[in-house]
Amino acid sequence: MKEKRSNESFFRRLTRHQLFIPVAALLALVLFNLIADPSFFAISLKENSLGNPVLSGNIISVLDNASELVLLAIGMTLVTASSGGQDISVGATMAIAGSVILRLVCGGQVSADTMQAPLFLAVLAGIVVTMAFGAFNGALVAYFKIQPMVATLIMFTAGRSIAAWINNNQLPFINDVAFKYAGTFLPGIPVPTPVFITLFMILVFWLVLKFTNLGLYTQAVGINANSSRLNGLDPKKIKLLTYVILGACVAIAGFIRVSRSGSINYSRIAENIEMDAILAVALGGNSLGGGKFNVYGSILGAYVIQFLTTTLYKYNVPSTALPAYKAVVVILLVVLSAPVVREKLSRMKKSSAKTAKEVA
Amino acid sequence: MQEGALLEMRGICKYFPGVRALQDVDFTLRAGEIHALMGENGAGKSTLIKCLTGVYPKDEGEIYMAGHDKAVTIRSPQDAQNIGISTVYQEITLCPNLTVAENMYIGRTKDSFTNWRKMNQGAGKILKDLGIPAAPNQQLSNCSIAVQQMVAIARAVDMDCKVLILDEPTSSLDEQEVQKLFGLMRDLKAKGVGIIFVTHFLEQVYEVCDRITVLRDGQLVGEYVIEDMPRVLLVSKMLGKDLDDMADIKSESGATADMSGTPVLEAKDLSSNAGIKPFDFSIHKGEVNGFTGLLGSGRSECVRAIFGADRVTGGTVKMDGKDVKIHKPLDAMKSGIGYLPEDRKGDGIVGDLSVRENIILALQVMKGFFRPFSRAQAEKFADEYIKKLEIKTASSDTPINSLSGGNQQKCIVARWLLTDPKYLILDEPTRGIDIGTKIEIQKLVLQLAAEGKSVTFISSEIDEMLRTCSRLIVMRDRKAVGELSGEDLTQSKIMATIAGGDKQ
Amino acid sequence: MKKILAIALALAMVLSLGAVAFAADGDLIKVGIINNDPNESGYRTANDAAMRATFTEENGYEATFYNNNDAAQQIATAQQMIQDEVDFLLLSPGSTTGWDTVLQDAADAGTQIILFDRMLEADESAYVAAVVSDMAAEGETAVTWLEEQGLDEYNIIHIQGHMGSDAQLGRTGALDEKVEAEDNWNYVTQQTADWNEETARTIVQSVIDSGEEFNVIYAENNGMARGAVAALDANGITHGKDGDVIVIGFDSDKWAMESVLNGEWNYMGLCNPMQAEKVDQIIKDLMEGVEPEEKIIYSDEPGFDCETITQEDVDTFGT
Repeated sequence: MKEKRSNESFFRRLTRHQLFIPVAALLALVLFNLIADPSFFAISLKENSLGNPVLSGNIISVLDNASELVLLAIGMTLVTASSGGQDISVGATMAIAGSVILRLVCGGQVSADTMQAPLFLAVLAGIVVTMAFGAFNGALVAYFKIQPMVATLIMFTAGRSIAAWINNNQLPFINDVAFKYAGTFLPGIPVPTPVFITLFMILVFWLVLKFTNLGLYTQAVGINANSSRLNGLDPKKIKLLTYVILGACVAIAGFIRVSRSGSINYSRIAENIEMDAILAVALGGNSLGGGKFNVYGSILGAYVIQFLTTTLYKYNVPSTALPAYKAVVVILLVVLSAPVVREKLSRMKKSSAKTAKEVA
Repeated sequence: MQEGALLEMRGICKYFPGVRALQDVDFTLRAGEIHALMGENGAGKSTLIKCLTGVYPKDEGEIYMAGHDKAVTIRSPQDAQNIGISTVYQEITLCPNLTVAENMYIGRTKDSFTNWRKMNQGAGKILKDLGIPAAPNQQLSNCSIAVQQMVAIARAVDMDCKVLILDEPTSSLDEQEVQKLFGLMRDLKAKGVGIIFVTHFLEQVYEVCDRITVLRDGQLVGEYVIEDMPRVLLVSKMLGKDLDDMADIKSESGATADMSGTPVLEAKDLSSNAGIKPFDFSIHKGEVNGFTGLLGSGRSECVRAIFGADRVTGGTVKMDGKDVKIHKPLDAMKSGIGYLPEDRKGDGIVGDLSVRENIILALQVMKGFFRPFSRAQAEKFADEYIKKLEIKTASSDTPINSLSGGNQQKCIVARWLLTDPKYLILDEPTRGIDIGTKIEIQKLVLQLAAEGKSVTFISSEIDEMLRTCSRLIVMRDRKAVGELSGEDLTQSKIMATIAGGDKQ
Repeated sequence: MKKILAIALALAMVLSLGAVAFAADGDLIKVGIINNDPNESGYRTANDAAMRATFTEENGYEATFYNNNDAAQQIATAQQMIQDEVDFLLLSPGSTTGWDTVLQDAADAGTQIILFDRMLEADESAYVAAVVSDMAAEGETAVTWLEEQGLDEYNIIHIQGHMGSDAQLGRTGALDEKVEAEDNWNYVTQQTADWNEETARTIVQSVIDSGEEFNVIYAENNGMARGAVAALDANGITHGKDGDVIVIGFDSDKWAMESVLNGEWNYMGLCNPMQAEKVDQIIKDLMEGVEPEEKIIYSDEPGFDCETITQEDVDTFGT
């Protein structure tokens, strides 16, 4: 009897755990690929055109291509938690970051064969600029109390034009191998560099969450701003801070994206990525209404989305049809996280556990 | 079913994971009676009501209604309504931006089109019959909370309800409004409606009810006729133990304030943007004082000004004789002031966060952004106060909003005790919580004073203030109009001061 | 006070009427130019820049520009321009259909329409001239060139542009026909990357990951070809002159032509964005009363092979 109860609560806890959905989704995708074609998981060691050893395979592609999305998902999680809304301008501000970086490394020329400015400085400038735009968004949300989606609609609309304006409507292109290290491979290292950048950023966030009160403050403000204020917090500053942090994430994501090819296309770069970032946050079991968050859930969510995309490419699903598949995921997600369904689900498991016991 | 019974619940059981919320509870309601459902928070009152109204499915037991041969099945609030059970909740669940009439008829008409004139006429008639001072086409948000509550009742009554459940309807009403509500309840009783009245206020129970059913720890203690049930006995039934002599808690605590030295806090001509007139205030080491006055008289605004919760517009504050500038709550906290706000849900708890996080929040903020407590340290703090204040929670990891009101309030008290303040402001710490916790909090206040802390205690219940405070500042119309201490601290004297000088 | 306001308003109206009359009487030819978003691609950037450089006041034009990829927005703006009584409406339609009302309005108002770069579905009488690229011919040229390479087997990764656009339809059509007709021509995959370089990279990487063999990448613009090449490079697959994989791109980007010149790519089909000069000439002729000899004027659009391309070609055609 006692055993049965703990059994029930285990299932219940499982279905109620925040990471249940992303983990289940990931397992479902892995299972599907294992059954449909196990070669999906094959990884081979090759040599790239520069003579470097590189790993290649679908799994590597997932880890590599999810990088930008993971970074955005981290920042988006914080913004969602503190302000109960989402920043829909991340794609556009990624274009701005990319544009700033390319302008500096190309030295204002349309194309360059070597970097005209230190890469470090260019990236730093990109970070500063997008953090400023983040602060702009954050100020609108926190101090002018505009709904996040409306506030960021401004940059969503204007961002790509600003990005084009930064480079005088030219599409700059850099041919320096060193610039592309960040988006491709470092000499002698067979794992794509974006994977390392992403891991590094996840580590940074882990440390930040561990050694500062960012997590506690953000959640407190998102759950109850009044109460937070009466406990000595400044909810406005904290909201602003989360948007600025998202700005930094955007810059690094933008840097990775432009250094994959050394070029930019303002209207196409990171198109619709904001929707994927929001989806990642939701997939991670976070409430889009703000409050409590689990940033690792969002990160997992981002990888799940990329896993899905890569799987669909493998089966030759037209890239224009991808959004439809994502929509199916969204529907499943929304339905699964509805309290009614969760209640049913856990009850179903309860009764199945019961019958199993009875049979035994 | 029993003779004359309107509603009978037999052997109701309800389980939540790990908890037996209701165990074999019986409840009988007769036509034309007002029946109080009493018990401490967590005794199972709300659960029983929710099982009755179909919000929760009951796990075992039967519900019978007069006029139905067999046990009725209630799967949703709609089912409950259809068989004549209506509920009015503590929080107004109407739409503030619609008119009174719209609120009374919303979601009830089967037709696709609404005859506005007819609707307003119908609403007007009911309002008049029940003596509710509201016009049908008035926007609901323009009515006072009491009238809104009455509109909710009118809506229920008009739906032909036989059983009316009032869940804590009086907690946000002032005395006059309560009397109006009671008048309405008596009218309905005369019309044969059975009313289930859930409340924490003993006085109100004795004023208006015919019978009392007491629950404790999910079990039925008993059903009593009101005349046979002295108050003290009722309280001891609810608590399941004999009550300390409440009148004596002050003397036994041994609190003695040192009124001669420099005040711990002294405010001069303090005013804020919340519309409070400049007031003076001081408190000494080991003193417990309080603000009293009617709801809206400015009691809370005064302490909010001291804490910097509203924007201070003028005046000076000295602590231990030294000038301090308090522009925002953090300034006050750093000067050693703690503040438990009046609105526990809106300003106090941080709902989804754990008990632990709620307890350490204020101290953590004072410590700084870059210096978080380690998990172990935070747990130590939380466990210490969970034990000290006897907070009933599964663990320190439990989200605070799954605790009962009294335990939530204890967490907020713990939060401020943890910051070790010199001066603690408790604004309505006992509102909406069970009697046991109320007494615990009052005792705690006196104990703190004995330890040399200063406490300002505000409560709507004057007995509580009398029991704890040695000095009372009386507020009227956002202005301090008097100060009472020593021999003057009597119920009648306070009433007279609140009412104003033009009497007797 | 009201009187003064009324007088001021009346005065303003008279003045503005005068201004309009003056403009109409002046030598400037009033043109409305509706183009696609210059950020869409390098091709479009060059095209838009050329239009802006040509239709200037110094050159005798009073020009209003509008850029948008959304045909509905373009149509609304076109109607506005007709109401503003432009003399010529220069149009690069975002979609080939939906323009009937605009054409009718223009006819009623006496506004002459000249299409550039892209066609729309209408009777020839609806416009005075069309200076466009023959997308189908571009595709034919490229496919013919590919056939001349004489591979034993053609295993093609076909990366398409925005589905339904003039360029996509023309460039896909020629290849589809050939693959249908020949047994040794196969698609490894046929996917749209929606003109997006990053998507193209992902598509090619996906094919590589799945281990399928291919020896041709036919990308419908240069950006997508560059994305594809990034994926090849990352996996150490050789391409271009003497490489394992033939790379084909389209449009007119200078960097792409340089890639062909230095042998990284094999072929680029030119899509000439420089219609501005020709359109300018047609308008000037029309003002003199000279009708263009042909309604539809196709730009000269050769393909460039890495074996034969010269620096001179790059300088002449690269943008």
